[in-house]
Amino acid sequence: MTPVIFFIAAIFALAGAIGVVVLRNPFYSVLALVVHLIALAALFLLLRAEFVAAAQVVVYAGAVMVLYVFVVAYVGSGEELAAGTALRILGPLFALALAIELCIAMLGSALKGISSKGAPYVPGFGTAKQIGTLFLTKYLFPFELASLLLLVAAIGAVVLARRRRGLEEHDEGLERRLERLRPAGTGTMAEAAGVRKTLVPAAEEIGHDVEVVGPRSGSDG
Amino acid sequence: MAIGWYLVVSALIFCIGAAGVLTRRNPLVILLCLELMLNAANLALIAFSRMWGGADGQIFALIVMVVAACEVVVGLGLIVSIFRRNLPIDVDQLSELNG
Repeated sequence: MTPVIFFIAAIFALAGAIGVVVLRNPFYSVLALVVHLIALAALFLLLRAEFVAAAQVVVYAGAVMVLYVFVVAYVGSGEELAAGTALRILGPLFALALAIELCIAMLGSALKGISSKGAPYVPGFGTAKQIGTLFLTKYLFPFELASLLLLVAAIGAVVLARRRRGLEEHDEGLERRLERLRPAGTGTMAEAAGVRKTLVPAAEEIGHDVEVVGPRSGSDG
Repeated sequence: MAIGWYLVVSALIFCIGAAGVLTRRNPLVILLCLELMLNAANLALIAFSRMWGGADGQIFALIVMVVAACEVVVGLGLIVSIFRRNLPIDVDQLSELNG
């Protein structure tokens, strides 16, 4: 029974991987990756890694893929152009060479365990209990480091993807509104430096009946 | 199933991912292919963890998943930022840093 499940899962994993690379529409690539991840979770289960398989389905196929789908929907697929001629031929050749090299490395490996079915199964191997115990005892430092890395990445993503106000074009209405909030003669540093004198007549010319408009909205693309 | 079979599947997935990174031009798909390569490494780690009967490889695989999630978040943030500036979403044309 195990070989049957293994080959089904392996074929789905490889088909999903090929689909990610070959499909032209990025949205279909994301869906192919979901198939690949779920097939891989089945392989993890066959290797008795229950907790990692569950985390794979929940975190990867659940959360990360939803993020991908949102970004693909936001950015749009766009028409994909073919790669440059040189890379288009050299890329698959390089991958083929890598595959041959890895196969030679595996065939010539001196590891005897590769051709065995693995160590005898101990009850409790790969469960959440064992993983949690290891994380909080032997691997406490990497665990804390991983949480710090997640925090840094979350803040970095917010900083990268936020709307930059400073890069927008000069806005005259904003200056007028600032003038109205700060009438002449209130003793600002601009008045002391003499800048204000040139601004005041202009502000009175427009008249103080310029209506205050609410905060601008919908300036993003 | 012998452990070697899992390693063969892992090597094939890694090579498919590498080919994708080299040939595709959309940064979104390049990120997806990077995920493929990281997952291939995860499969190999868990296969070796099964081979030795210790759960340390699984811990390593979980940490790799955390790092992959961070990489995805930052990469997608960059893509959204590129899109907001109306630049082409094509790694061949985004070459301002190319010396």
